[in-house]
Amino acid sequence: MIVLERLTKSFNGIKVLNNLNIRFDDQKITVVIGRSGGGKSVMLKHIIGLIRPDSGRVLINGININTLKKKELNEIRKKFGMVFQDGALFDSINIFENIAFPVRQHTKLKESEIKDRVYSILSDVGLSGQELKMPAEISGGMRKRVGVARALILNPEIVLFDEPTTGLDPIMSDAINNLIISMHNKFKFTGIIISHNIEGAYKTGDVIAMLYDGSIIEIGSPAEIKSSKNPVVNQFVTGSMNGPINFNMI
Amino acid sequence: MDELLSPFEGIGKYILKIIDELGSLIIYLWESVLSIFRYSINFGNLIDQMIFIGMDSFYVIGLTGLFTGMVLSLQAYYAAKIVGVTYMIGPTVALSMTRELGPVLTALMITARCGSSMASEIGTMKVTEQIDALEVMAVDPYYYLSIPRILAAMIMLPIMTILCSLIGIIGGYIVYAYVLGLNHMVYIEKIYQYMKLSDIYNGLLKAVFFGIIIATISTFKGFETTGGSKGVGRFTTQAVVLSSIYILFADYILTSILF
Ligand SMILES: Nc1ncnc2c1ncn2[C@@H]1O[C@H](COP(=O)(O)OP(=O)(O)O)[C@@H](O)[C@H]1O
Ligand SMILES: [Mg+2]
Repeated sequence: MIVLERLTKSFNGIKVLNNLNIRFDDQKITVVIGRSGGGKSVMLKHIIGLIRPDSGRVLINGININTLKKKELNEIRKKFGMVFQDGALFDSINIFENIAFPVRQHTKLKESEIKDRVYSILSDVGLSGQELKMPAEISGGMRKRVGVARALILNPEIVLFDEPTTGLDPIMSDAINNLIISMHNKFKFTGIIISHNIEGAYKTGDVIAMLYDGSIIEIGSPAEIKSSKNPVVNQFVTGSMNGPINFNMI
Repeated sequence: MDELLSPFEGIGKYILKIIDELGSLIIYLWESVLSIFRYSINFGNLIDQMIFIGMDSFYVIGLTGLFTGMVLSLQAYYAAKIVGVTYMIGPTVALSMTRELGPVLTALMITARCGSSMASEIGTMKVTEQIDALEVMAVDPYYYLSIPRILAAMIMLPIMTILCSLIGIIGGYIVYAYVLGLNHMVYIEKIYQYMKLSDIYNGLLKAVFFGIIIATISTFKGFETTGGSKGVGRFTTQAVVLSSIYILFADYILTSILF
């Protein structure tokens, strides 16, 4: 279980996270929605220790990761997979090597076993036959799928997805959402997805949380979020210009 | 009055900034060295980097050495002719190359070719979150990116320096024997007579330090990069300028200690 407790973080005097509290349950998919620039990525980076909070705690299975030494933190990080917003694929090596990278770093598998694993996950994400291309040679949707494959190859307990569908056409978005669902059925990870695609959130999420003004203002099942009485949540999920969210803010 | 002082104020600020940066650099180098003990060396990456530094700079360093040796020979001739000691041209070229110009010119050329690409490669990885991706995958970026580059530069700089000096001495010989038409045996004999082994060793020791300087500063600036592709350009330029300044500065310090 992952718990964020009274998390506060400012950049250059501007509070991005303000007393944020949330709990992510094991083996569930939680989708965090919120406006662009609202601090969703910052929240996600706290969970994996890329950013340290000004105050508050990040607890992974009861361990406060901000008190850990580098080596201990790295042990915790091995439980994680992360899909970055723009892929963050290593652009000097090909698709195969990108996906094999965590395997080579953290296991002593033989070359033939590495091959088996990579080919198997490549077919899971629908990229069989693309393994020799370089990251610059493939489309945005393919890059995201390579990112998913790289994040899942070591079968992690927890997977973080930073806007896996943003910037993709609706068909590709739906394909990625289906991919996440089928991978979740297969690997049973705890999933945290950042998104502002509300339809995708309903589809993939067991739980949906809304981040607004630096904290979580509402959390519940997709049905509960759909029928939320909170005017901010309501405005966001209906995608209306009119409501308490002023679009000149931020 | 303020107007008059402002250049000095500017220089003062610049010096303070450089000293401040020196502190961060030393901490960074220390962190990187610690990561060797935490993990162990990745020989595959090290060899890649050594090849990169060697191959990428081979021709430019050969040419630099050649022309420098040739011009040294020519310049030395004008002075030596006056006092009738043209037999000293060989030692002049050889000593200048091994003690001073070989190490420094090699270091500056490698800064331009390899330091800049180290900074821009790591800088690009930083702004495209590839460094974050390494960290998330529990791979220490210092261990993975800095150490192979710093070690490779430490090893390759002396090798490239030998190349540069050797070609420089040959360049000097070509001018001595074929352009100036002097007795080529004298050139070689006098070099043997006046050059000590310590001249070569000390030059190579300089090169080792220059290698550490180039790779440390260039990778450090890469990791510091922010501000998208424009930032990559800015930090790469900083890496080249700062490395060059530190090389010249360290050259003076080392020369006064070693020779
Ligand atoms: N490393 C950083 N340094 C300074 N400001 C940052 C940093 N990371 C994020 N921010 C700022 O925090 C705010 C939230 O960013 P982010 O979490 O990326 O938003 P989003 O919800 O779209 O993912 C933005 O205003 C961004 O500029
Ligand atoms: Mg984001």
